[in-house]
Amino acid sequence: MSTMLAIILTGVLVSSACALLGCFLVLRRMAMLADAISHAVLPGLVAGYFIANGPNILAGFLGAAAAGLITVLLVELLKNTRRIGGESAIGIVFPAMFALGTFLVSRYFTNVHLDADAVLYGNIEFVNFDRWFIGSTDMGPQALWVMGGLCVLNGLFVALFYKELKLATFDAGLAAALGFSPVLIHYALMGVVSVTTVGAFTAVGAILVVALMIVPAATAYLLTDRLPLMLGIAVLCGSLAAVLGFWVALALDASVAGSIAVMTGVLFGLALLWSPTHGLIAKQRRRARQRLHFARQTLLVHLLHHEAASNAAAENSVQHLSGELRWTPELARRVVETALRAGLIEQDAELLRLTAVGREQAQANLQTRALFTSAAVA
Amino acid sequence: MSTLPLKINDLTVAYHEQPVLWDVDLSIPAGVLAAIVGPNGAGKSTLIKATLGLVPAAAGSVEIFGQPYAQQRKLVGYVPQRSSVDWDFPTSALDVVMMGTYGQLGWVRRPGRAQRELALHCLEQVSMADFAQRQISQLSGGQQQRVFLARALAQNAQLYLMDEPFVGVDATTERAIIDLLHNLRAQGKTVVCVHHDLESAPEYFDWVVLLNVRTIEAGPMAAVWTPENLARTYGGRFHTLQRSPAAEVVG
Repeated sequence: MSTMLAIILTGVLVSSACALLGCFLVLRRMAMLADAISHAVLPGLVAGYFIANGPNILAGFLGAAAAGLITVLLVELLKNTRRIGGESAIGIVFPAMFALGTFLVSRYFTNVHLDADAVLYGNIEFVNFDRWFIGSTDMGPQALWVMGGLCVLNGLFVALFYKELKLATFDAGLAAALGFSPVLIHYALMGVVSVTTVGAFTAVGAILVVALMIVPAATAYLLTDRLPLMLGIAVLCGSLAAVLGFWVALALDASVAGSIAVMTGVLFGLALLWSPTHGLIAKQRRRARQRLHFARQTLLVHLLHHEAASNAAAENSVQHLSGELRWTPELARRVVETALRAGLIEQDAELLRLTAVGREQAQANLQTRALFTSAAVA
Repeated sequence: MSTLPLKINDLTVAYHEQPVLWDVDLSIPAGVLAAIVGPNGAGKSTLIKATLGLVPAAAGSVEIFGQPYAQQRKLVGYVPQRSSVDWDFPTSALDVVMMGTYGQLGWVRRPGRAQRELALHCLEQVSMADFAQRQISQLSGGQQQRVFLARALAQNAQLYLMDEPFVGVDATTERAIIDLLHNLRAQGKTVVCVHHDLESAPEYFDWVVLLNVRTIEAGPMAAVWTPENLARTYGGRFHTLQRSPAAEVVG
């Protein structure tokens, strides 16, 4: 397998494994807890190394899972003291765990492979050199097998417990009442997050793994209102970021992991701006449309009020709108134009008059006292 | 069934040594619409949550049809406060209602067509079938409450525990809830609601529990709903409430 293909494939697998779990982290508003776990698994890794007396994948994973769960437990305990809020509790626990990890590494393992740089930034560039041998058979890059395994594990976890994860995330109270312990589900999810973090270390390191967990999921959340779609879009976004990130890194001769994380941010930014439902631009448009609708209804009511009065000619002129209603001439022009087009008013030189339809709408508005009837907005 | 749907014995619940419920005894007979009424901080919601095991009891026990709750989960339907969940969750009204069937399904098994049809039927009963595919954040408060009620119906329970189902709903929904409660009673089911509004309580319910940390009085509405008992429940505050019952509704 070529080095390039191995790197891209690893990136895609890491992103997919992370994005699946990330969806639930985002919906449970636990992005920072994931960040804490990603740092706090370090002492667990070291403990695994120590117990197995050398680099051993299984020991590393078990140690990391234990450290991750201890972190979650400590955060919960601190929260329960009630003096320390959720964010502070996280802020206390994870630097302590991470510091313990770096201390152990520097004290006992100064001359082994477990170096701080690899843990923090990963070394996806070298995945093809770290190979897995069974006997003397070369099975290919070890990271590919590990991340592939984690993808399968996370996929199975989400597929099997989809219903339970969804219920416990949406309504923990009902989950508990129905016998699906939300505490058990919480710790199971955190355990899987811990293990995934360790796997992702190899590729992107402790700092960037959070980007891969949270950002594609948050992007997907902006693009859909359905959980199954959110999971799918998050995986696609993560994979796309991995592929794009690799090519950008290659073109600019930059760090692959950094480039992948930047790409997740770019995709998020695009979704934030252009999402058809939750994007800033769509929201802006919707607001502008509502403002115009509101102004049009105001105009109809105004015309209705004054149509029988002796000064109707003065009150109901186009010029008067910008004067008395304090509308800019531009807004007045647009309101009149759309009202004319909708057949709500008619214009006679400067004078505006309600049509039968317009009068009906104005009266309806007065009756409901709401310029926004849901039907009118839709 | 001969045993009581809900029997609570000497239940005490405390948050950090502050008793929220103190030595509460309660028996709810089958087939009644019961209101739990009491001032703010009386422990009304806590009583429901402790019954369901959602908050730990410091002492006492709860029996559902003669057995602990953990063995009777499938007989109990639960409607939490609407504000207790995040309505921006990416799902549809129908999907939320289907959650009511999860208890019957148990771990891992996925809902199928039978659950889907049951959920649709439950949505019809609260006149929400047209909104089945609607994203839940796009529903009005009253519609969201009706989705929660439909979800409880999908639990197909014998005893329903509801936490303030009438709070913040429009007149249509209020009517729909009352019809639904009467319907459940006609099927011989038992309903216990936390209720805030003193004005409507005697009209909607036929059984009442007056609660203020302890059970002040409980029994048929006609016998228990007296100014003396209400004054004992609300203390001095009841007189102000009598003059403007609306204040309590708003609060």
